[in-house]
Amino acid sequence: MIAYLTGGDPDPKAFLANCTALIEGGADIVEVGIPFSDPIADGPVIQASSMRALSQGTTPTGVLDLIGELSSQFPVPFVVLSYYNPILAMGLDRFLRKGHESGVDGIVVPDLPLEESDEFRNMALRHNVDNIYLAAPNTSRTRLRTILDKSKGFLYLVSLYGVTGPRDLLSPQALEAVKKVKSLARGKVPVSAGFGVSQPEHVSAIIKSGADGAIVGSALVNIVSHHLESPNEAPDHLKSTVAKLKASTRKS
Amino acid sequence: MEPLRALDEAYNRFSHDPSFKKQLGRWLDTFAGRPTPLYLASNLTRHVGGARVYLKREDLLHGGAHKINNTLGQALLAKKMGKQRIIAETGAGQHGVATAMACAALGLHAEVYMGSEDMDRQRLNVYRMKMLGAKVHPVESGSKTLKDAINEALRDWVTNVQDTYYLLGSVVGPHPYPTMVRDFQSVIGKEARKQILQTDGKLPKAVVACVGGGSNSIGIFHSFLHDLEVDLYGVEAGGESLSPGQNAAPLVAGREGVLHGMMTYVLQDEAGQVQTTRSISAGLDYPGVGPEHAFLMNAGRAKYVTVSDPEALDAFKNLSQLEGIMPALESAHAIGHAMKLAKSLGTKDSIIVNLSGRGDKDVEIIAKHIPQ
Repeated sequence: MIAYLTGGDPDPKAFLANCTALIEGGADIVEVGIPFSDPIADGPVIQASSMRALSQGTTPTGVLDLIGELSSQFPVPFVVLSYYNPILAMGLDRFLRKGHESGVDGIVVPDLPLEESDEFRNMALRHNVDNIYLAAPNTSRTRLRTILDKSKGFLYLVSLYGVTGPRDLLSPQALEAVKKVKSLARGKVPVSAGFGVSQPEHVSAIIKSGADGAIVGSALVNIVSHHLESPNEAPDHLKSTVAKLKASTRKS
Repeated sequence: MEPLRALDEAYNRFSHDPSFKKQLGRWLDTFAGRPTPLYLASNLTRHVGGARVYLKREDLLHGGAHKINNTLGQALLAKKMGKQRIIAETGAGQHGVATAMACAALGLHAEVYMGSEDMDRQRLNVYRMKMLGAKVHPVESGSKTLKDAINEALRDWVTNVQDTYYLLGSVVGPHPYPTMVRDFQSVIGKEARKQILQTDGKLPKAVVACVGGGSNSIGIFHSFLHDLEVDLYGVEAGGESLSPGQNAAPLVAGREGVLHGMMTYVLQDEAGQVQTTRSISAGLDYPGVGPEHAFLMNAGRAKYVTVSDPEALDAFKNLSQLEGIMPALESAHAIGHAMKLAKSLGTKDSIIVNLSGRGDKDVEIIAKHIPQ
């Protein structure tokens, strides 16, 4: 069970409390988004959270510092999601070194395709940060094989055609895609599926079809955005939601 | 990546197919109105005193701008690829209008994303798109201008990729768009080069064009790239000033970055957040620029300069009153720089300005700024 929140949303203090709640709820990995002005892979929920975080003056360095505070208290792995430009602006080397020092275990860059990723991948290897690639339902088998070969940590499977955001139903492509990727991964790289995964039933279906993990983002960010007037109440809701999602990862 | 690869393959196949070229050529000639004339602006030339100023009259094309060169090419390609639903982004609305026109003519369904701020300032084009049968989606996210319209179009594309073709309007975005759009726009330079050799018997001293995303400029530059004696000037929107947030001049005031699937110059802050832009012309109001322009600047082959809002308005007034031609506010930036440049050159020299669009869409804005 991988739980996502946008770094610094709605403010640094509330973000720390919310992340703690994810961990207490049983998240196996915490994924933290670095807010970006133009999040093209994200739907309205995460777009809004990014804007909230940015309006508070959140910076990539600031988010890494917040992760540093959490990772010194909790042994859970941390994954960062960042669009490429903020990484480039800080400098690949500086970003990855700082990430590693802050306890970041892996990094997902949604707008850096495999074909352009060699420099980043090598730098990540050098800093002991796993570079996590994305694959989509329409990724060809040939390309998928290369992606799996170069993946570290886990493969992030986009379970639908579209952007992030909660959906009522799991996409019709999701389970098919999980099976295809799992058969090619042959146990070498764990496969986690996200995008549109928001309900315990979705998580359960994804795990049953063979995925090693399920990634829930917008459904959790929604809890944050519904408690902007009463931020102290968000952690309890996050904790119980994550606990339910976690329970549905059990196969029996 | 798979849709981009499919697009790249289809484009490579059809761009070398003689029957595709012939078909596109026929649409360009009989529907869009090519070739466009190269006009000697003799009153303007006399007024400025210096080099002869020629105008490449893309403003005379159907729809009123160079945009139709690209939309016909891509719409025809989409049709060959079997895609019926076309999406596009638009800033000033010219690309949206040209998309709507090409789609209506070719029997395709068009949906256009447009920032709500741009919808307010270019209302006329919103009506035109709707009348041409396109659906217009207002974009309320981010700065509500062109960059956000592109974000939203990309989000639509990844969602509906199986039946949808994304008809990007400039030489921006991921490969193959910058190359493909340049190729479709390069007809401008091909004609202009031939025309100036016919009228002048020699190449011009300089070619000047405005740069937003950079499609009309790359379109006219392309045929002159190997004529090293011809200076190429790209004119960016200087807006109110070169301070952050006050212009739309990434080549002059930005630094290298990645936006919309391309590595290029981007207006951004220290942390890599893309900045809002400001220009009187909606069509230049974009924080990035086509990567080929970044290359031409770094290679020293083309120079990039800015023209401010007041200078562009001045150029608009001059061209309207001296030549009876109202340029689009985008193209007025090119005129503005050409006037400065012409003054510094001799009377035996000539300059070609790409008059990329006509100014009818801008009369409301201009009426606010120029006292009657």
